[in-house]
Amino acid sequence: MLNGAPILEARGIHKHFGALHVLKGVDLVVAPRELVFIIGPSGSGKSTLLRCCNRLEDPSAGSVVVDGIDLLDRRTDINAARRRIGMVFQSFNLYPHMSVLANVMLALRKVLKKSKAEAREIAEAALARVGLADKLDSYPAQLSGGQQQRVAIARALALEPKIMLFDEPTSALDPELVGSVLQVMHELRDAGMTMMVVSHEMRFARDAADRVVFMDGGVIVEQGTPARIFGSPEQERTRAFLANFQA
Amino acid sequence: MSGLDIFLDAFFNQKVIDKYLPDILWGMVVTVQAALAVVVTGILAGLLLAAVRSFHIRPLNWLIVGFVDIFRALPPLVIILIVYFGLPNVGISLPSFAVLWLVLSLVLAAFAEEIFWAGIASIRKGQWEAARSTGLTLAQTLAYIILPQAVRLTVPPLTNRTIAITKNTALGAVIGVPEILMQAQTAQSFSGNATPLLLGSLAYIALFVPVVILGRWLETRFAWDRA
Repeated sequence: MLNGAPILEARGIHKHFGALHVLKGVDLVVAPRELVFIIGPSGSGKSTLLRCCNRLEDPSAGSVVVDGIDLLDRRTDINAARRRIGMVFQSFNLYPHMSVLANVMLALRKVLKKSKAEAREIAEAALARVGLADKLDSYPAQLSGGQQQRVAIARALALEPKIMLFDEPTSALDPELVGSVLQVMHELRDAGMTMMVVSHEMRFARDAADRVVFMDGGVIVEQGTPARIFGSPEQERTRAFLANFQA
Repeated sequence: MSGLDIFLDAFFNQKVIDKYLPDILWGMVVTVQAALAVVVTGILAGLLLAAVRSFHIRPLNWLIVGFVDIFRALPPLVIILIVYFGLPNVGISLPSFAVLWLVLSLVLAAFAEEIFWAGIASIRKGQWEAARSTGLTLAQTLAYIILPQAVRLTVPPLTNRTIAITKNTALGAVIGVPEILMQAQTAQSFSGNATPLLLGSLAYIALFVPVVILGRWLETRFAWDRA
């Protein structure tokens, strides 16, 4: 299942913010259809690593290759590359002045240059997939947090990305709304979407992840199957961090 | 003559009104032309400058900020006099109407740029990131995501500033633009009577009270819930 050329290959990633050394040489390879789950304390660099994977942050050193495209090559059209990389944010970041349908249609129209009818068809299908076929004409402010996040997933999904990056997708949600978002992510995974997820939803990680990566202090401390990382972590730091989640 | 008669003769003299009202009305036409031209070019130029500024090209931004600060600091009258009486010395002679239009457009552009820039800066970074992550270019993000939200926020301050600057069309009187104040002043000196100045004031009220009301309507119309 995890064979074939990697979708994402990050090598020797360093990131400095001024004097702050946030990523200290991270290597991460993601295979097609793989769900990689990144955990770690806040400030460990996991969100920064994710943001380096579509160049929302420029790594200070290292290389990122997604679907065969070197993101850090000067000749690479970053906008063309980004349409292959979906991203979902903690704070949803829907466009508040546009309807749900328009939120999903915008990049289809302006980036993929689809006709209006075609873009609408794709957007409606994407919204149906996240269970919001009845909210096409609503505005983001009229939706719950869970619904907003599902619109954001549909917005990314509509572009048929090769990989989707989730940056703490449920952290801003009320607990009772988390389930609907996780369910959509579960369905994506079952449909074979390659995913990289930064989150604290350990139960979801246990159920759905192929691999769990534990980061601390800007490096990958250890990684492995959920059973191994949660069941018998080798590193003391991993054990200490996971102890916080044994409810 | 009683005191009231003297007062009425000085400010509401029917003969003077009959003679100079056409001039004042023509002045209104000129004022409206100048004001509309200034509003259109000033706001568009301000929007353009703010848009350019969001590309974060450092030398360009220094130029923009320098221009904005200078034109916000100088009294418009000073700039009008420099352009009208100074530029001919280096071989550039502009008609008085063009000078008024150009200078007030630049002043409005400077203020509008600051207002639009404040609006752009107030849009959360996540909006840029979400749009860019779907492959939209910086210019597309600005056009479809950032400006539509930013412009709404700028309507109230921009309306106030626009009204303030269009009233400065009265400065055209100093360089001979035949707008309301110029016509009123001329008529006042020919007639030796203050009635034309009063007519001029009424003309300004007739023009600008509707603008102020329109501004108030725009403010409520665009005061939206950003939840």
